[in-house]
Amino acid sequence: MASNVQTVFQRPSALKEVPTHYCAGCHHGTVHRLVAEAIDQLGAQQQTIGIGSVGCSVLLYDYFDIDVVEAPHGRAPAVATGVKHVHPDSVVFTYQGDGDLAAIGTAEIIHAANRGELITVIFLNNTTYGMTGGQMAPTTLPGQVTTTSPYGRDVTTEGHPIRMAELLAMLGGTGFSARVAVDTPKRAIEAGRTILKAFEMQKKKQGFAFVEVLGACPTNWGMSAIDANARVEKEMMDFFPLGVYKDVTADGESNVFKTV
Amino acid sequence: MKKRLFVKGNEAVAMGAIEAGCRYYFGYPITPQNDIPEYMSREMPRVGGCFIQAESEVAAINMVLGAGAAGGRVMTSSSGPGISLKAEGISFMAGSEVPAVIVNIQRPGPGLGGIDVSQADYFQAVKGAGHGGYHLVVLAPHSVQELYDLTMLAFDLADRYRMPALVLGDAMLGQMKEALMPHPYQAPEDLPRKDWAVTGKHGRAKGNAVKSLYLGDGELEAHNWHLHAKYARLRENEVRYEATGLDDAELILTAFGGGARIVKTAIAMARREGLKVGLIRPVTVYPFPAEIYRKATERTPKVLCVELNNGQMVEDVRLSSAPGADVRFYGRPGGTGSLPNPEEIFEQICKHYKD
Repeated sequence: MASNVQTVFQRPSALKEVPTHYCAGCHHGTVHRLVAEAIDQLGAQQQTIGIGSVGCSVLLYDYFDIDVVEAPHGRAPAVATGVKHVHPDSVVFTYQGDGDLAAIGTAEIIHAANRGELITVIFLNNTTYGMTGGQMAPTTLPGQVTTTSPYGRDVTTEGHPIRMAELLAMLGGTGFSARVAVDTPKRAIEAGRTILKAFEMQKKKQGFAFVEVLGACPTNWGMSAIDANARVEKEMMDFFPLGVYKDVTADGESNVFKTV
Repeated sequence: MKKRLFVKGNEAVAMGAIEAGCRYYFGYPITPQNDIPEYMSREMPRVGGCFIQAESEVAAINMVLGAGAAGGRVMTSSSGPGISLKAEGISFMAGSEVPAVIVNIQRPGPGLGGIDVSQADYFQAVKGAGHGGYHLVVLAPHSVQELYDLTMLAFDLADRYRMPALVLGDAMLGQMKEALMPHPYQAPEDLPRKDWAVTGKHGRAKGNAVKSLYLGDGELEAHNWHLHAKYARLRENEVRYEATGLDDAELILTAFGGGARIVKTAIAMARREGLKVGLIRPVTVYPFPAEIYRKATERTPKVLCVELNNGQMVEDVRLSSAPGADVRFYGRPGGTGSLPNPEEIFEQICKHYKD
């Protein structure tokens, strides 16, 4: 009997066997797994260097079984630039949230992309500052109530949510820019493929590669895990459409996901 | 034998860095240090190195953080306002023990201030510009030759103690030309291996993490005591200074960096007049050469500290001097028309010598 048992699903090697500190229903865990799977599929665990950021995902080194540098708030793309130029054959990725990447780190992400740094950036957009307790983020949706937009985000005074995948797609150094979600198994599988693609492009030196993942934050949204998961499609996707916004390896027209 | 060269101070910094094996430079333009990034942009490609003009000082220091964490010999340079922007990254590098060399070719401040000679950034350099309570190795060259030599030394100290080192120059030193005798860099044989650096695991059992966040019970305190033990080792082993004429001195002059050049000329004038004036010139302003001040002021209590600022190092001189020492100050803050000449310092020597 035993000889017929096959392993069809297991923890990726690039992920440590430890419980995470993430809240129930948070999408960071899923995205960590997809990143780890991509590293495994590339056979790159021994060559990968992760750049952690400031936010809920700051403890990257506790969860990934790889080398990690912890960057100051927003600076991960600059830190990644330094690392990558010392070890050009390594696989370097940053993992950043929306406050980190789209507010305090706006200059660093834009210029790393524009220089065409051969790094992969994983951007978890959950429309709020998670770790500090649910303040307004640059991606907070119009009308969304947060602890610093208690009357709902008013775009006339607080500005508009920033669409980073679209914005970065406009820059010459960007090889790949896409937005995905992990709220359904199908989308999670597609997100996994997209993240893998963003890592492959780095290995093939095809430009700066960026994947925005729409994520749920039940705790700071004040929702159950199930309701928060549903909000990703119901409220976020209208403003943040899923799709590939730039792919320099694609033939002809770019391809918004057929499945969404 | 290598020829003596006639070299600008800023270029001597860049030459020393490349000779010492620096192959990564990240910077952003700011006067009066632009010769350094310009030199690096020209020479780094020729030695197989990497030059990036960053989008900001903030980005530049974080590129330095990344390259240093990855085990590279890396440098950035700037001037006061730019060092302010780098302060966040410098604190992170101190906390996560990333070796690198940072050069500050000082200009007067505060704010945009000016672009000429000043030593207004002493506090910023030695007391910690950033948050959290840390120290850097801070070297204060006073000649073009020393800009070259101490930049080399800064890399070794940074690597030996696994911490950032800062070269504290100024607009006078950076912009002046002087004779330079280049010499080959020799790496100390006992520099520790960078087995902590991020390289990719490459078969290592555990991943390396270069970080400054410590949340576990007692972890951060232990880390801070570890950093402070390192600073104590610096104070024990790495103090450097120049001291002359202390044996018969009735008055001790003390100054660092570019300011010490003017003071040296004034002391020579005083000695010609028969005034017994000595000099203490810290070469490391952190670790500060406290011991020589204590010893010297036990014999000669009267000290005149001269700085091109409103009085910064004088606080460390007072802390270091023997009880009862009479530490006085003369300085001007910098800005156009605010550079004292040797005659002005000589007048001060005469005045303080008498009363």
